[in-house]
Amino acid sequence: MVDIAQRAARPEPPRRPERMIELETMGAVGDAARPLSVPERLLQITGVRRMIVVAVLCIAWQLYAMYLNNSLLFPTLGETLEALYDSVVRGPLIERMMVSLQTLLIGYAAGLTIAGVFTTLAVSTRVGTDFLSTLTAMFNPLPAIALLPLALLWFGLGAKSLVFVIIHSVLWAVALNTHSGFTSVSPTLRMAGQNCGLRGVSYVAFLLVPAAFPSILTGLKIGWAFAWRTLIAAELVFGVSSRSGGLGWFIFENRNQLEIPTVFAGLFTVILIGLVVESVIFRSIENVTIRRWGMQS
Amino acid sequence: MLDSTTKPTGAPLLAVDDVTLQYKTDQHLVTATWRVGFEVYEGERFVVLGPSGCGKSTLLKAVAGFMAPVEGQIRLNGKPIDRPGSDRMMVFQEFDQLLPWKTVLGNVMFPLLVNRRMPRAEATEHARSLLAKVNLSRFENIYPHMLSGGMKQRVAIARALAMEPAVLLMDEPFAALDALTRRKMQEELKALWDDVGFTVLFVTHSIEEALLVGSRILVLSPHPGRVKAELNADHLGFSDIGTPAFETLHRRIHDLLFADRVETALATEIQHG
Repeated sequence: MVDIAQRAARPEPPRRPERMIELETMGAVGDAARPLSVPERLLQITGVRRMIVVAVLCIAWQLYAMYLNNSLLFPTLGETLEALYDSVVRGPLIERMMVSLQTLLIGYAAGLTIAGVFTTLAVSTRVGTDFLSTLTAMFNPLPAIALLPLALLWFGLGAKSLVFVIIHSVLWAVALNTHSGFTSVSPTLRMAGQNCGLRGVSYVAFLLVPAAFPSILTGLKIGWAFAWRTLIAAELVFGVSSRSGGLGWFIFENRNQLEIPTVFAGLFTVILIGLVVESVIFRSIENVTIRRWGMQS
Repeated sequence: MLDSTTKPTGAPLLAVDDVTLQYKTDQHLVTATWRVGFEVYEGERFVVLGPSGCGKSTLLKAVAGFMAPVEGQIRLNGKPIDRPGSDRMMVFQEFDQLLPWKTVLGNVMFPLLVNRRMPRAEATEHARSLLAKVNLSRFENIYPHMLSGGMKQRVAIARALAMEPAVLLMDEPFAALDALTRRKMQEELKALWDDVGFTVLFVTHSIEEALLVGSRILVLSPHPGRVKAELNADHLGFSDIGTPAFETLHRRIHDLLFADRVETALATEIQHG
């Protein structure tokens, strides 16, 4: 009984005539899009939005430092910029920066080379895979800076010890990411590559590397950040007894002389170099590779 | 040794001799096909048809050289197949078979350059002519992620044909497409075959697709794959859809594929009746 009552209550759709329309008779299709206004277009650019954030932070810094009024503990933005200008023009900042960057590049390049050898071994043999995963599991959690005392003992004071700890900080991050990138290449793409005639080294170079490029790039970025941090920290520790120190030594030296605005200028430079590498160098690599290939949005 | 010029007519291009294929999962050793045998002749559109689980894709992978038979042998022009090679270019079902870091043109040229088949300028020309055949000339400088599924498959077909393979392998190439695009692609493939004249080994689970695309149909039964029948469908084309001849063959294959199920259903009915 309930069934019948429900069925009776169900609305009956009306029977309607069919429709046939000639598209030509419809006239022009209206323009459904409108151009964005200038402020709207500016806010679309990531760089512009980030500049706004930086500007807000700078103003906050300046205001707080003026309120504190103690340039020995916390100098204003103005004083810092003045000290930065001074150290660049008259002081040794550029020279110190070059020393740091040179050491960094040597260590980074060496780390990448070793990581390349390790991962190639790891994809070609199972022993290699086990070797690499065991080593990364052991050494990745070990902070590079913890090896510095040993490195100083082995290689003495100087660039060699720094390069050693930088290699340690780069190697495992890059190897780990590259290898996981290789293993996550889709089976279809692997088969398509072999089907096209790729084998051995050409298979790694022309298929695995570009296919795993998003992971490889992540590894390069992490490796770079680790290396940069490790380098500055290491220079702070032993720059004391070295004449031609880098940026870390510059910071340490000026702190000892209580030139706090110059210390801030040194830190500022460290941040600036980090920003340039991250948002100029790595970003342009991303733009011409994985973004263009649609592997990252 | 016989090469293609002195080969007597009547010798098959591809011979699959009682091939048993097995693969391992974490828990089981699965037998995909059991003593499957067939021969493909030059110029044929040979379709392997069967339900899921009949090992048809595994069979194609074995022909492509990605896995070795446990029993039996696969020979191309009399030579046993032992590794993947560009004389058996394959079109996969998945859209990610194209290299995302190469443009459409770059993808078609890729196997030509990898195998040093011809100099770069010549390869470019050759690739362009194939892209024209699959109606993609306007898109040659675009990266694959900007293409639709049907266009990606057309690039994959162009890439495979550019190598002028002895046999073109197609693993359910249109299965991931929408129904309208699929029908269009089937028609285009047939037109391309009329135009270029290649040999194709085509795997599908759709009876209709087998009838439309194939000139000869191998019907496999599932778990494990065994040959159930080998039928001719050369006389059927797109204009025959809905005709009695088409429907009869469709019905016949349908009954072959579902015979087991009908038998079990009958058996249960009899038991209960």
